[in-house]
Amino acid sequence: MPIHEKSLIREENIRTRDDLVIDGVDVSGHWSTFIESRVVTDYNEDLEDQIAGLPGGENIHRCWQCGSCTNSCTVNALNADFNPRYWIYLIRTGMESELLRDKDIIWQCVSCNKCTYVCPREVAPEGVMKATAHWLELMGHTPKSPSTLFDEVFSEQVIKRGKIEESGIIRGFFKKTGQPLMQNWLTTMAFRLFKKLPFGMMFHMAKSTIFRPKTKGWRKSQLAIEDYIIEQDTKHRKLLGLDKPTSPTPQASNDNATSTLVEAAE
Amino acid sequence: MTKLLSKDKKYKRVAYYPGCALEGTGKAYDTSTRAVGKQLGLKLDEVKNWNCCGAMEVKNIDPKIQTYLSSRVLSNAVNKNKHDVVMAPCNGCYHNLKKAEYDLENDPATKEVVDRLSTKAGHKTYEAGQAETIHALDWIKDAIGEEELSRRVKHSLKGLKVANYYGCMYTRPRHIFPEKDQGPGSESTSEPHFMDDLLATAGAVNVDFPLKTACCGGAHTLSDSDTSTKLVLNIIEAAEAAGAEVIATECPTCHSGLEMHQIRAEKVLGRKTNVVIMYFTQLLGLALGVAPRKLGIHENVSDATDLMIDKRLLWAT
Ligand code: SF4
Ligand code: SF4
Repeated sequence: MPIHEKSLIREENIRTRDDLVIDGVDVSGHWSTFIESRVVTDYNEDLEDQIAGLPGGENIHRCWQCGSCTNSCTVNALNADFNPRYWIYLIRTGMESELLRDKDIIWQCVSCNKCTYVCPREVAPEGVMKATAHWLELMGHTPKSPSTLFDEVFSEQVIKRGKIEESGIIRGFFKKTGQPLMQNWLTTMAFRLFKKLPFGMMFHMAKSTIFRPKTKGWRKSQLAIEDYIIEQDTKHRKLLGLDKPTSPTPQASNDNATSTLVEAAE
Repeated sequence: MTKLLSKDKKYKRVAYYPGCALEGTGKAYDTSTRAVGKQLGLKLDEVKNWNCCGAMEVKNIDPKIQTYLSSRVLSNAVNKNKHDVVMAPCNGCYHNLKKAEYDLENDPATKEVVDRLSTKAGHKTYEAGQAETIHALDWIKDAIGEEELSRRVKHSLKGLKVANYYGCMYTRPRHIFPEKDQGPGSESTSEPHFMDDLLATAGAVNVDFPLKTACCGGAHTLSDSDTSTKLVLNIIEAAEAAGAEVIATECPTCHSGLEMHQIRAEKVLGRKTNVVIMYFTQLLGLALGVAPRKLGIHENVSDATDLMIDKRLLWAT
């Protein structure tokens, strides 16, 4: 029987014989299409608990697989492989290796919250995407995504000063990701902007780069937040079994999502 | 009923939380918001010694830190400014303050962390219910209203065709906006209309724009530019297809995202679009007779001057 929903099946699992005759009937081509059978043995029985223990993943157990999240998803519309419903299924059934096949795109969730808006079970799939991306990085399955690097540069500045100064964050982010500041679209934009800007505005912008904005008396808030980050980081590492120095942590060289912030705190 | 009556007056003088973006790339939104308020006789008291709400980033480190940051802003508005209404024109700030309100009321674990951090930081903790967070749209809509606004319009927008773009954070997720979807008069989370209402009163023609609440990819503007460019291009092309001359925005992140990726789409994908991007407060200000300079129209990357001159809306440059 031909498979109509081929788009839902991974291409490498689809088998079609170009040349096949069974009992004298020619079933060559799409008539012989079938899905490769598979046996899953490498369940990670802790996977759901691990994701549920990270911020955002708390309500994953409520999912009843209706698919509304994927159906409404902004990124899914651009890339059919971006499939929150499916990933939630894989996490809940412990199919880690299957989940890892999509590890490089999970961070691309743009936090539009369309999924959370439509989810009938209050799973907050947006949070699950963040928890999953965080889990991948903590476990060393992926390097820190550009999004995480941006979040870190941004958060470091907020935690330190209470306020942010945008151009500093952009510079910090480009430096961290090794991108040149002079990308043609950015320079075009800067040029269009500066062409028109009155002197006062330029002065204002230059001023905020030199005297970076700061909330008065912020120091105590900074310390309170940093203590909290260390406390949470310790909790998460324990949950994922990353706290025991003897256990060979996967790709130990890969520093995790919060460590820079913790370092900054110390 | 009494609440509704007093609410009207209440919004005439509110605490104002501009947020970081309005001190940087979104400066024109700050300028035009203040100018419109002044023109309408509304008083804005800036929240004393405010801090960043955490934007779209801090929640990814830990959502409870974001809630703490937002709660400190609310605490200052209540305890330092003595206000019980906070107006935030940035969708991100507005969203985060609303989310903090919701979480503090409904999630004991969040409340515990916020109380603990506030005590450590040495300031009063914010208690759910002490203040009401509103958007700049609610502010004008409630403190002035369409009837009064139409009396104040000096230079009608004369049929300027506008696509109103609300973005994600103003309506999603629904549960943090309990006052929305309450029937006639209230804002809708599926088909928001407050910006449409105000600009129509100012003389604009709102085009039938299907992507009012689509996502511009603002969270990944720089970290995943290709995705953002595709999303923005989609929004801009839909607005043009609907016949819009201007896309009106109500958020500095959406606004600069649209401006940036309109240029990037042209440079990287070779897709040039012409629709102009303006803050709704800039359009409203023009209609109310505020001088264009005071609305920061010249500070926009997306150049509105030709269109405005063409439409005879730049009446006093
Ligand atoms: S919308 Fe909610 S319940 Fe439905 S599949 Fe997605 S997460 Fe599960
Ligand atoms: S928040 Fe993320 S997962 Fe949810 S709809 Fe938006 S892009 Fe998709």
